[in-house]
Amino acid sequence: MTDGPADLDPDDREGDHEDDREDDHEDDHEDDHEADHEVGHEHPRESIEAGLEAERIGRRATRTTWIVRDVSLSVRPGDRVGLVGPSGSGKSVLMRALALLDKLDEGQVRWRGRVIRRRRVPRYRAEVIYVHQRAPLFDGSVLRNLELPFELKVRRSKSFDEARAVALLEQLGRGADFLDKDAHDLSGGEAQIVALARVLQLDPSVLLLDEPTASLDRDGAKLVERALAGWVAERPDRRAFVWIGHDPEQIGRVAGRTIRMESGRLSEAP
Amino acid sequence: MTYVVIPWWRVGLAAALVLLSGALSAALRLGMGRQLLIASARTAVQLVLVGMVLQWVFARGHWLAVVGVLVPMTIIAGVSAVQRSPRRFPGDLAIAVGSVWATGWIVSAFGVIAVVSPRPWYSAQYLVPITGLILGNSLTGIALGLDRMTSELVGTRAQVEALLAMGATRWEAARGPLRRAIRAGMTPTVNSMLAAGIVSLPGTLTGQLLSGIAPVEAAKYQIVIMFLIAAGTAFGTCAVVLLGFRRLFDEEHRFLHRRIYNRKTGPKPG
Repeated sequence: MTDGPADLDPDDREGDHEDDREDDHEDDHEDDHEADHEVGHEHPRESIEAGLEAERIGRRATRTTWIVRDVSLSVRPGDRVGLVGPSGSGKSVLMRALALLDKLDEGQVRWRGRVIRRRRVPRYRAEVIYVHQRAPLFDGSVLRNLELPFELKVRRSKSFDEARAVALLEQLGRGADFLDKDAHDLSGGEAQIVALARVLQLDPSVLLLDEPTASLDRDGAKLVERALAGWVAERPDRRAFVWIGHDPEQIGRVAGRTIRMESGRLSEAP
Repeated sequence: MTYVVIPWWRVGLAAALVLLSGALSAALRLGMGRQLLIASARTAVQLVLVGMVLQWVFARGHWLAVVGVLVPMTIIAGVSAVQRSPRRFPGDLAIAVGSVWATGWIVSAFGVIAVVSPRPWYSAQYLVPITGLILGNSLTGIALGLDRMTSELVGTRAQVEALLAMGATRWEAARGPLRRAIRAGMTPTVNSMLAAGIVSLPGTLTGQLLSGIAPVEAAKYQIVIMFLIAAGTAFGTCAVVLLGFRRLFDEEHRFLHRRIYNRKTGPKPG
């Protein structure tokens, strides 16, 4: 990652002047021109309260069958959403769609009132992070894994804070010596902890958590639950999560509201 | 230039050696006899045909005849580069043919016009063998680069997507695999340059020694050829990997992993 020929980056040229007009809404017309037929010509101003909104999104499996269809959902600041449903009902596909990791076949995702296109996608994904249930680690130590996302262009104004990383790991039940461990030697549960600490230190707004305690024991799971609830409670004006889980008790503990997915469609659970 | 003309009956003597090997295989039940026979027959037929075509082209001396030989050579190189990989993706054929065509011809034109400088510059005696050597080696680099790129991307898909999910641009997410792919494509060429003249006598040098050219003159030719091959392979491999990257990652920074399919099972639907 580090020794790459950054000057070859085909996206770099586009990226550089991007920051200069971060708040320049006039430019969005040319930026997002192909996206916004539903939003209309009036470009809405960014609204933090709007959070993350999915409007009738759909993902096809084949030409005629759908994995997820007609799903509308909104995640506002302070929300702790539980997402439940049988295996294969499309929960992970929905989360990947929300993170814009897959192309939508129908509908749209809006962030703070706006559709995200092209060059803005990395910045969106810095705010709304999908955490895979078997989140992969990279070669090297735990420390290296935590530093790595700070090398991305989208985070060039931030830098890795070791003290903060240690504090986060401590919250998740690991000591400071954990930083020096080799990623290859970690258990599934430990890897999941590193993956969570890795995204928490990035200070995102929404975490899309795909079974974040699947590989952890009871105590480990409790620590993760507490850490994530505390993380939202610390900044309810900005932060939120969606949590895919299979354990109804756990969902009852972590979620403020629960939605249920079945055969690719949503139903608000009682 | 002095060299001995081999009459056809003495070519037959060499063939007798192959027949002897075939007999050995039959005696030891190696099961190689048939293959050896087919391979020998193909060698003879293919090379005689090439010899006849080139003899005609050399006799004509017209640039159109030279182009007529080089175009099919180029297309065959591109096609066979793609066919060596067990994984395919839509557009890979066009990318491989385009890459080998553009880079092979540019390097060859530079080599023949600027370095060797024959008169006329399109003289088939120089253009055909030099372009052939560049295409043949660049074919290997392109095939290895393509194969390594798809295998790396499939194998490290979780890491690539984790990087994208944390806000990486498509380039940041893919450059590790891409770099390894380019390196894999270049390795045989670099190795052959390191070993040139030590482990074996390279083909051009051998050929020129056989045709009676002074060894140091022959060495100079071989050096030029090696450099042209290295450049052709480097440019060709980089081109194919970067163009492939553009096919497999879209402008919204998504990894289109479903585009990669197994050659035997065919493209995925949808």
